[in-house]
This record gives sequence, structure tokens and C-alpha cells, in this order.
Amino acid sequence: MSPAETKPLTARMRPDGAALEMREYERAGGYQGLRKALAMTPQQVTEEVKNSNLRGRGGAGFPTGMKWSFTPLGPDAPHPKYVVANGDEMEPGTFKDRLLLEQDPHQLVEGMVIAGHATEADIGYIFIRGEYTLGIERTRRAIAEAYAAGYLGRNILGSGFSFELYVHVSAGRYMCGEETGLLNALEGKRANPRAKPPFPPVVGAFGQPTVINNIETLSSVPHIMANGSEWFCGLGKTKDAGTKLYGASGKVKRPGVWELPMGTTIREILFEHAGGMQDGLAFRGLLPGGASTDFLVEEHLDVPMDFTSVQKAGSRMGTGTMIVLDDKTCPVGMVWNLEQFFAQESCGWCTPCWSGLGWAARLLRAMEDGAGVDGDIEKLAGIARFCGPGHTFCALAPGAAEPLQSGIKYFREDFERHIREKRCPWR
Amino acid sequence: MAKVWVDGKAYEMNSGQNLLHGCLSNGLDLPYFCWHPAMGSVGACRQCAIRQYKDETDTTGRLVMACMTPVAEGALISIKDEEASAFRASVIEGLMMSHPHDCPVCDEGGECHLQDMTVMTGHTYRRYSFQKRTWRNQNLGPLINHEMNRCIQCYRCVRYYHDYAGGNDLQAFGLRNNVFFGRHEDGTLESEFSGNLVEICPTGVFTDKTSRWHYTRKWDLTFAPSVCAHCGTGCNTSPAERYGSLRRIINRYNSEVNGYFLCDRGRFGYEFVNSPERIREPLLGGVPIPPEAALDSFAGFLSAGEAIGIGSPRASLEANFALRRLVGAEHFYSGMDDAEHRAMAAILEILRAGPARTPSVREIEHSDAALVLGEDLTNTAPRLALALRMTVRQAEFRIAEKLHIPPWLDNSVREAAQSVRSPLFIATPSATRLDDVAARTFHGAPDEIARLGYAVARALDPAAPDVPRLTEEMAFLAGFVAEALRTARQPVIIAGPSLRNEALVRAAAAVARALHAAGKPALLAFTAPEANSMGLAMMEPRPLGEAFSSGARTAIVLENDLYRRAPADDVDAFLGATRHVVALDYLTNPTTAKAELALPAGTFAESDGTFVSNEGRAQRFFQAMLPAGLVQESWRWLGSPVLKNLDDAVLALVEAMPQFAGIVDAAPPSTYRVANAKVARAPFRYSGRTAEHANVSVHEPPPPDDPDSALSFSMEGASVNPPPSLIPFFWAPGWNSHQQALNRFQEEVAGVLKGGVPGARLIEPSGLPQSAPETVPAPFAPRAGEWLLVPLYHIFGSDELSERSPAIASLAPQPYVALGVEDAAQLAVSAGQEVSVAGRRLPVKIMPELPRGVAGLPAGLAPGIPPLPAWSVIAP
Repeated sequence: MSPAETKPLTARMRPDGAALEMREYERAGGYQGLRKALAMTPQQVTEEVKNSNLRGRGGAGFPTGMKWSFTPLGPDAPHPKYVVANGDEMEPGTFKDRLLLEQDPHQLVEGMVIAGHATEADIGYIFIRGEYTLGIERTRRAIAEAYAAGYLGRNILGSGFSFELYVHVSAGRYMCGEETGLLNALEGKRANPRAKPPFPPVVGAFGQPTVINNIETLSSVPHIMANGSEWFCGLGKTKDAGTKLYGASGKVKRPGVWELPMGTTIREILFEHAGGMQDGLAFRGLLPGGASTDFLVEEHLDVPMDFTSVQKAGSRMGTGTMIVLDDKTCPVGMVWNLEQFFAQESCGWCTPCWSGLGWAARLLRAMEDGAGVDGDIEKLAGIARFCGPGHTFCALAPGAAEPLQSGIKYFREDFERHIREKRCPWR
Repeated sequence: MAKVWVDGKAYEMNSGQNLLHGCLSNGLDLPYFCWHPAMGSVGACRQCAIRQYKDETDTTGRLVMACMTPVAEGALISIKDEEASAFRASVIEGLMMSHPHDCPVCDEGGECHLQDMTVMTGHTYRRYSFQKRTWRNQNLGPLINHEMNRCIQCYRCVRYYHDYAGGNDLQAFGLRNNVFFGRHEDGTLESEFSGNLVEICPTGVFTDKTSRWHYTRKWDLTFAPSVCAHCGTGCNTSPAERYGSLRRIINRYNSEVNGYFLCDRGRFGYEFVNSPERIREPLLGGVPIPPEAALDSFAGFLSAGEAIGIGSPRASLEANFALRRLVGAEHFYSGMDDAEHRAMAAILEILRAGPARTPSVREIEHSDAALVLGEDLTNTAPRLALALRMTVRQAEFRIAEKLHIPPWLDNSVREAAQSVRSPLFIATPSATRLDDVAARTFHGAPDEIARLGYAVARALDPAAPDVPRLTEEMAFLAGFVAEALRTARQPVIIAGPSLRNEALVRAAAAVARALHAAGKPALLAFTAPEANSMGLAMMEPRPLGEAFSSGARTAIVLENDLYRRAPADDVDAFLGATRHVVALDYLTNPTTAKAELALPAGTFAESDGTFVSNEGRAQRFFQAMLPAGLVQESWRWLGSPVLKNLDDAVLALVEAMPQFAGIVDAAPPSTYRVANAKVARAPFRYSGRTAEHANVSVHEPPPPDDPDSALSFSMEGASVNPPPSLIPFFWAPGWNSHQQALNRFQEEVAGVLKGGVPGARLIEPSGLPQSAPETVPAPFAPRAGEWLLVPLYHIFGSDELSERSPAIASLAPQPYVALGVEDAAQLAVSAGQEVSVAGRRLPVKIMPELPRGVAGLPAGLAPGIPPLPAWSVIAP
């Protein structure tokens, strides 16, 4: 198979890192998926996406087609309806959406128009964190080009379907990655999460039905439409379909992001694509999908990186961008860094999150400073349970609890040494 | 209703509600913070976690927040579950991390919901060993004290202040464990309902600043069931006393009237009771005399010749009746100004005739379209203004219902409905503080407002009188309003006597009648300016103006400063020509200063009696304290020696005026007992009842006698299940905070008090046709060189009594004259510049909404100005 077929998201990206202009994108088969989709009914489009087994690439892995199907359709449905692309990408260690925004924004634009058609939406917002200045600029240019070519606006390609698309530059909070926090931010409110139900496909942006998908998810859609769901299913190595942008950061030889078949093993990503650990360093563990996932260790290296397999191994694939821990880096320090981040990003709404995470960060810091005392590890484990799933208003705190609880599980001896020796052994 | 199993026991719960509401309604102890019965659920604090099982076979279940989980038939839940209990204790641990250990010096101590919940969860030991986060507090003005370090981030304050009450200057700032609840900068809170923060806040962040100058713990206070004295809405209050001074006012829940909330005038206006300007002993020619001598002089005056009595809209029915009884019905005059007298008489006639009913505050909240004619409600009947903020939300609940979002899921309702509002129309001379939620506003002279009302009636019913020379703009607006009212589920029309315009009152009635004719039974509410304006009107006294020309030798003035009721020259002439003037009042004022005999009357806090609210609801209020010195109830001064106690006064009143028959049911008589005991006014933890006067005498005194009520001035007595009209304060085992203890007193949380709604409605439509002919006023015609002066009301300042309370007085505006932009330009004056108006020099305030030819003066704040409206020259 050609690279275009095996790496649909990235194969046509220019080697110089510049964004694909519209003509180039079109020459490489761009906007063909949209043409096909517009010839189909919204229900058919959604059905095709359902059949493709595309699951949300933002971390939760919710089936995309199913999400779309919750949107009310037909003449009685409320309007305007919205499609929102979640480009908040503030998960530590994650930089995959940035690549898509910067180098192939038309792919995203096309995906959004298709999603708009499938849900009979009227307006789209691409919600991008403010630091992604290059991505913002290039996405805006792509939108202007798409308007000029009739891919956006009134009566797209003579289909009778109309869709307006805007870039919303976020002030930037981790909470905006949570889809309902994002909606509040989009409405100009505090980026607090919303109660669910009602879910966004019924009550979303400005109280209207809204589909929110991750950038990578939406970017996959044009290819599913162009090549069919069967083709997409065939791309994955395991049950989960398609390709995935995997990344690696930490002290590996070649940190980066690569499009690989869904279900590629951790070992292959880490040792083939990232080149393994830097010389003189040994692998100790990794967070497979951003900071809010549980640590995996040596024994998990052959786990395929897909939603189901990683979950079986006791973690989550999350965004698929791993953070690697080596033997010269203090695991307590790493967990402290993460918990400090989560504590800072807590919106302050629910008690376990705002009180628990701040406390955890302080305990870890004390440990790092040699001020840890007996019982601190139990306190930390207790906080991780306190912040667990079902206890909090949204997924932020449970995500923050994952590296904490698994850090204690796999590196308990390192935590204990901090207390015993009253110092950080790595300092 | 649905059957829910809690820890193996079945309970009936309201199936439209959430599990927290259901558990609390069944008297179960389940701790919570962010949820509030008037504001619904948001799931922030996570304190009400319980375990829910899918079915009998589910042995693991999962933790859910009771407040966020709907009641469902057959639901299986556990409060006692070990993990749920441990989780709730962890939540307290989290909330307490930065909470200071300052309970002994915190004003909330002893009635603190956080204390109660901490005890309830069993969290006792501090494991958090780091520094607490601290804040700089703000000066939020004279009413509310701010102590942010105590904050537990439950968000109740902003949800109440901003979301519920519509205030914009209290927000949540910052994030994580670092959220600041306050203003963008120091300054007095703008909302007229800020005082409710004191009860909304579950701990001591927002406390009553007026109370802290004479602070007393809840358990050391003596409370009474009372009724607010500062407007005619009849909000139920619990005034609280210690050592002979009034310490604070808290809300006393009444599901039909004030619900959970009071306005700031009602809450903080009480300090006049403790004023150094009180009349504490009888004064004959300004010289103190013993009470026996005063009564002798009084008797002498009465026998000196024909005596007349001037009643008072701020005195109780019993006091007015005692006066009327003394002088005879034909010599009993209204204490209102003549225009107000006429307006109140018209209101009474309209309400008695019908067909529209006068609604309770709760019924206004549940209406879904409202037309306000002439009333600046925030300033004339503040609690109704707050009610209208619920009225406009009915459209939101309708949208939510369609989306299957329960009304208690507060944020979801708001997100789904995006501030879509039910229609509210406000027609007033100038802007009001409710305009932000109004669909349309109209600004015109009082006659123009009446014309708009008639035009709406005409648009609804061709049989209504025609409104000649209507402008196109007004005709369009009238049609728009008519359509919105006609298509509403439950429209309500609100007007009142504040502009002293009878046509306006009758226009409101015409709209209600037209809606009935169009098949839409509307509710018709009128405001009442003072606590007993409606009761006094029901006594059908003669107008005050006739008293002035009666030629009486003796005049008895009851709780009234006549200089607020009639032009000073007229009052001077009347008082000068009357041989003997007797004034009964609590505070010195220009009338008492001119009285030959002044008798010290008890304020609401020192009296028992009955007020009739604007709704026509008779409500009894009881003494919170025994009057100091020689002060006693006006009805006792006037009724002596025949009316020996309140029961005598009530029964004699009912016998004399059958229209008041219902007031017997307003509260149980003095002989009533709960378990053979009187109802205790003080909490049973009241300390040192027998020792508090030990510095005077070490002998243990019996509790003071109260011949007038079934209440004791003591912690001795019944404290469980008193009838609703006799509940002095809310307290339940484990629930020391006022608003939360209340859950135990209601049939269902947020519902009716166990035992029924306090008070008795006296006015229901009779179905009789209206007698008065409809006269639609002519269009308002501005005059050259003269302005129609209309009263502009101020919640802080326009009320006579609260204006004598220092905190409220500090918020009252300085006297001014308000002009529209064009009129000011015509006079070549600018804001702040002094002009001559009605014999005074006053600074100009520009109010752009004022119509041409109309100027505004602050009601009650510019002494020496004749009763308004009046025409006056304004000159630079």
C-alpha cells in the first residue's frame, strides 16, 4: 500500500514543515471525502463513521459515529447546531494535534464540514489553545481558502448544505480540554465542567446541540469518507481501527510523533521510532497517553497501544503520546511535577480536586525537599482514592490520580527512600 | 411520589426531585453544602455522597452524589455505607484544610453549617500540615462583613447573589484551591438583597455587620415570630434580643410569602429599636411623668371635648382598633396622606370585587408573565422584585422540561435555556433595578402609565374603555404586552399606590379584568407601602384631610408623623388649633415634638399585634423583648383597662369589624400550649437565664410573664413542633444553622411548614361587579415653567423607621431633584447644580429616562416637601 493509504493523516505533509496549501491538498485527494459525503444523507455519513469504528482521539476513546448519532436531526431539530473541534491540547507530553494544525489544516476543515453535514450543523468552531500561534495562523488561512473555494459558507459545492467555520483562540486552561469546560469557555464563562446529562449533542454550545471532537478524530474523517470504513478498519493492527499519532517524550533518543497503525506495541514505538533510551540511561516506566494515565513498566512493553489493550494493562491509551521515565530521573520528582500541574489547572469547582490535588502536590514537594514523614505515602494514596472516578465532577482529578496511584505502586521504594533518607536521592 | 429504600428502610420521596431533597424531606441526616432548596443542585461540594445499587443483586453499587441523582421508584441507596461515610469525612477534611480555627471568635459559631456537617461526618483530626491559604478581606459596606479565610468554595454565595438575585458585583475569581468570592474592589455590595448572603453562606465568610457591634451567639438570643415592619409585603422575620436590645433579624420561612429570602431593609432596618432617640417614658410638655399621671392627663384630655383619632399604616390592627374604639368610628381618621388613602381605598375595593385574586409572593414567582404598572418594586416592595426574578425564569424551566432536564439541576437548566426569559413589562417614570430582566420598559408620567394599562386592557377586551389620543408607539407596545399576557400560562399584574395615582390602580384592575374576559384568569397584586397599610384601609377610616377640618379639641395621633403625610403648613395649623395633642410613638419626630402628651409606644419588637400584608394576609407578630422602661404596646395604652391582653384586643376587634374575623386564625391565642408548656423563645442552650442579672440581684428570678402570647421569655418551654405561626427560630438536633434546620420544619423541603402556612388571607374576590366608572386620564401635558414632581423611592431612606437605623441611613441618598436630559438642558442646569424646587434648594440629578415635564424627588428624604405628586416651579 502507498504511504497515502497507510499514513492517511501525515503522508502528504511537506518535508519542510510548511502547511499544505489548498491546491496541494486537493491534488493529493483532498476534499474528495467531502464530495462523497455531500452526496450521501447525514444518516449515511454517520453510519459510515460508525462502521469505521473510529474512536475519539482526545483520550476517552468514545465511538465518534455514536456521538454524532445523538444529535437531533430533521426539520424539528433546534438550530443553530454546532460542531466544535477540540484543539486545547494541554495534556502534558502531548503535541500531536499541533502537528495536524500546523501542517495540514485543510484536512481538519474538511473533517469539520463532513461532521457538520452529518449532524446538520450550521456553525463550526475550532477551539485552539492560545500558545499554538502558528497552528492558529495556518488554520485561519486554510479556512479563508476553503471559503474562497466554496468548501465553506452558503450552499457548499451546490449541495444546499451551508456551514460557517471560525477559529476560537482560547485563553488556555487544561480544563478547556474537557468538552463541557471548553463549551463554557467558548461562551465566555469560567471554564468549569458542566453536569452530564444533558450531553453536548443535546445541550451544548449556547444551549444548542453540539458535537465536540478532537482534532485528530476530525482529521481522520475525510479519509474514512474517501476510502470507506472497511479500509479504515483494516489500518489498525488490533480491533481498534485506523492509524494513530503516537508520540514519545522524555530522555529517548528521538522524541517525536509518528503516525502508525492503531495497536502498534509500546516496544515498537519506544525502541524503533523513538530510538530507545538515550545512552547511559535505563528505561524505568512510562505514562502511555499523556500525564493523566497510569504508569506502565517493563512488563508492559509488548502491550499494543490501543484503547482496549492498554486498559487491560491497567492504564489508558489516552492521547497515545507517551512520557518516558529513565533511571536518572526521580520518579517522585516527576509525579510532583505532574501533580503540581494538575493542582494548578483544577478549576476549583469540586472539593476532591481543588483540595486533594493541592495537598498531594505539597506532600510530594515536601518529600522532594527532604521533609517527608512516615505516613505521607498513605496520605498520597488516600488522596488518589479520594480523587478517583465517580468521586469528582469531571475527569480531571481522576486523571491526576492515575500517575499518583501507579507511581506509588511501581516506585514505592523510591518514595520510601525519600522519607527514610530525608532527601531526594537524585539530587 | 416514589418509594426509595435507604439502608434497607422504605421512604416516600417526591419523584420529581433528587435524592438529597428526598432524604432531607424524610428527616434523614445527610450532609451537604452547595445544594440549596431555593437554588437547586450543582454537584460542586461532593458532600452528599451515598452509595446507590442498581438492584437487589447488585452488591457493589457505586458512589453517587445524592443531589445530582433523581429520585426513582424502587431506588436502593445507602447513607451509612462505609465507603460513602469515609468519603464524606474526606470531603470535610478537604474543605477544612485552609479553614481557620477561629470558631470562638467567628460570628457564625453556634449556627454554622460547616460545624454541623463536620460533626455529622465525624471528621475530627487534622492531617494537613502545610500553610493555609489566606486572603485579604474586603470592605463590602455597612451591612455585610467579609472574612474570606473561612471560605470552603461551595459557590453558594455567587449562585445566590449573581444567579438568583441578579447582582453583578460579587463574583468568583481565580481557580483551584484559590478562589476568591468578592468584588473586583472594595465597596458596598450593590444588591438590595445582599443580606441573604449571611444565611446562604454555610460558614462565616459573610456575616451580619450590623449585628457585630452588639454580637450575641444564636444560643443566647431570645427570638420571636415576627413580621417585617418596613413595607407592606409581610415578610416573616425572627428578630432576636439579648439584654434588652435588639441584636439582629433573620429570615423566618413562610412558603407563601418570603420563602428563604429577605431584603436588606427588612434585615438591617431594625436598629431604630435601640435608638437613643426612643421615647422611653411619658412626656407631658416634654417633661417625664409617671404612667399613672400620664393616663390621668390622657383621660382629662378625652373628657375635655370631642376627641379624634388619627390611625397609622405602620401600627397594628389592634393599636388602630383600640384608638378607633376609644374615639368612635366616626372620629377615626386614616393616617395616610389623602392621595394614598384614595389609592388604598380603590385597591381594597378592586380586590374585594375581583375577579382577579391577589397572589402570594410564591404565586408571583410561579407566574410566567408580568406587567408592572407604576411601581419601582425594588424600592417600594423589594421582596416582590426578587420574586419577579423567578417569574422571568419560568421560560427557562419550560425549555428544560422539554429537554427532560429537571428544574433542580440548576446549571444545566441555565445552560440549556441561555437566559431566555418569560416576559416582564415595567412601566415607571424612571429606570428601575429590574429593567435588566424586563422584555420592555416604558417611562412616562403617572397618567401615561395608567393610559398604557388601559390600552393593554382595550387590546385584550373590546369592552374595556377606549384610550383616546394614544400614540402609535404606545398602541404598539400595548398590543405587544396584551399578546404576551394573553398567551402566558399565568399572567400577573402588579401595581400600587406609590405614585398616588388612582387611575393607575384602576388601570391595573382593568388589565386583569380584560384578561379574565379573554379567558385568562390573571393574578392582581398591589404593593402596600407600610406594614399595615392594607389593614388600616380595611378599617375604612375617614381621610386625614377631614381630620384637619374637624375642629376637634383633642387629637390622638397613633404611631404617625403627620409631617410625612401632609403639607407642613396644614399640619402646623391643625396641631396649633387642637387644644390637646397626644402622640403615641417610639421615636421622637416633628409630631411628637409638638404633642402635649407623648406616650412611649412599643416597636414591632416590643409589641404583639396583627399586620395585614398587601396580599390581604393577616399575620401576627410577637414581642421579641419586653419593652424597657415605661414603653408598652399602643393598644395597651389606648385600650387600658378594658383590653387586658392581646386576645381581648383581637376578639373585640373581630366583634366590632367582622371583615377581620379571619385574624383569629392568624396565630393561636395566649392560652395555647404545646405539651402543657408555652413555646420557648430562646434555644434550650441559652446560658445563664437565671444569672444574667446577677450583678443586680443574686436571687434567681422567674421568667418574665407574657400574658399576650403562648410564648415564654425563656429557654424553658416547648421547643419541638410549635405551630408555624409560633416558631420563634429554627433549630433541630445536629442542625444549628438557621436555613438548614428549617428542613426539619417543613412537610417537604422547600414546601409548606408542618402545620400549614402562617397567616390568614382576609380578601378573596366576591364576584360583585365593580361600581366605580372607568375614567381614562387624558394624555399627560407638560406645563411651561412647571414640573410634575413625582416621588422616587429608595429602599434605603424612603422608609421612616429603617432610615433611623444607622447602617441603613448611611446608604440613603442625599436629597436631590431628578430631571430628564432635555429638561435639564432647558433649565440650563447640570448634574450637581442646585435649583429651587417647592421652596427648597436641591442638587440636580440627571435621570435620562424621566419623561419631559416630570421631575423626581426622593420620597421621604426631602423634609418640608409637600406630599407628591405636586406641580412646582423649578428655577436655577
